Amino acid sequence: MIQRTKGAQSIAFSESPYIMSSASVVGKKESEGPLGKYFDMTDPENLFGEETWEAAEGTMQKEACTLAIGKAELTPEKIRYLFGGDLLRQGIATSMGLESFQIPLFGLFGACSTSGEALALAAMCVAAGYGEHMLAVTSSHFGTAEKEFRFPLSYANQRPLSAQWTVTGSGAFVVGNKKSHVRISGITIGKIVDYGLKDSQNMGACMAPAAADTIAVHLQDFEREADEYSRIITGDLGYVGQSILFDLMRKKGLDIMKNHMDCGMTIFDQQTQDTHAGGSGCGCAATTLAAYILPKLEKGEWKKVLFVPTGALMSTVSFNEGESVPGIAHGIVLEHC
Amino acid sequence: MNFMDYFNAFWVGGLICALVQILLDRTKLMPGRVMVLLVCTGAVLGFLGIYQPFQDFAGAGASVPLLGFGNTLFKGVKEAVKDEGFIGIFMGGFKASAVGISAALIFGYLASWVFEPKMKK
Repeated sequence: MIQRTKGAQSIAFSESPYIMSSASVVGKKESEGPLGKYFDMTDPENLFGEETWEAAEGTMQKEACTLAIGKAELTPEKIRYLFGGDLLRQGIATSMGLESFQIPLFGLFGACSTSGEALALAAMCVAAGYGEHMLAVTSSHFGTAEKEFRFPLSYANQRPLSAQWTVTGSGAFVVGNKKSHVRISGITIGKIVDYGLKDSQNMGACMAPAAADTIAVHLQDFEREADEYSRIITGDLGYVGQSILFDLMRKKGLDIMKNHMDCGMTIFDQQTQDTHAGGSGCGCAATTLAAYILPKLEKGEWKKVLFVPTGALMSTVSFNEGESVPGIAHGIVLEHC
Repeated sequence: MNFMDYFNAFWVGGLICALVQILLDRTKLMPGRVMVLLVCTGAVLGFLGIYQPFQDFAGAGASVPLLGFGNTLFKGVKEAVKDEGFIGIFMGGFKASAVGISAALIFGYLASWVFEPKMKK
């Protein structure tokens, strides 16, 4: 058997699976942001024709999947397995929204790192020969996330400056063995990293240690230098989390300041959109990847990118019981080909 | 009613809100905790005999913020204990605050018929 594991936590694929297509569906605020023109679909009402935010989030996933499958010139029957997740209790946006596809489903939860988890599993399945095409999808919605983790919108609470803005959006990706211009050449699966922070309104700080850990382990596992990558892209650390990440990396003797980018800082304009510390949520990294990062890789503008979506593994119950907020981050190596 | 009543109500009410805004901005207290803190503080100030004279001076400026609700709870308990004895501890607070709480529930419910929660800007 060919040895494909690499170092402590990574896999280097001997035959890399490809990202055959991707799609992004976003809400109004995202469509008005700096990446607005790159997204595939939006709804100014943020409801996507539904009555509730939860149903709207499910519909966003469905639309994103439909678009991604269509762009890959496939039909749902041609997708072997679906890897999907969101931020809601029991993952209802995925289970309610994707029911009609009738694709065998793995429901995932990795908080905002779910896009990385889904892509990693989809890539592993394709590389192992368990199917030709896999679908990876995640979503988040401002209305559902506020209700789930903070207060319902009708409560109208105030947001502290360290708080991030949950992205309303869903990104879907078809991973398969048919050649495209972006391949997944390796993955580094992250550990749970907990620095004992308890502030659910400052998630960037809770997730930065996990991102730092995964990036450092990745570089060690693959024996690479940080500047081999055109970009090292974290999911949703935001402005607060980014500066913590730089500090932690410096302590490990690594400098990623030159080529670091954060989806949460890219998707909104902090000056004009009043989003405080930046965007967050499963949809943040997923839609930025689909709409902004992948096209740059396809064109060859970026050659090799380390995509590191970050998640804060908390629930309202753990938070109310005074538990800290552990973080997790997964690294996905995306290469132009 | 004269101009000074309005004036005092506005600056006192505004000052209470401004102080609480500092708590929301500068501390990590969640909004729920801040609200409970206000109600408890109001009850304690009522017990110490400070809040009632303050409310007589500022009117709605002191009775409308949550501090006033705490004072109302305390006042209700005090009166019920006087009339009913021990059992009044469990009665008074609810009796005194019944109008406010019911109004909040009923008007909140009515409003939910007319308006949908919207996304924040």
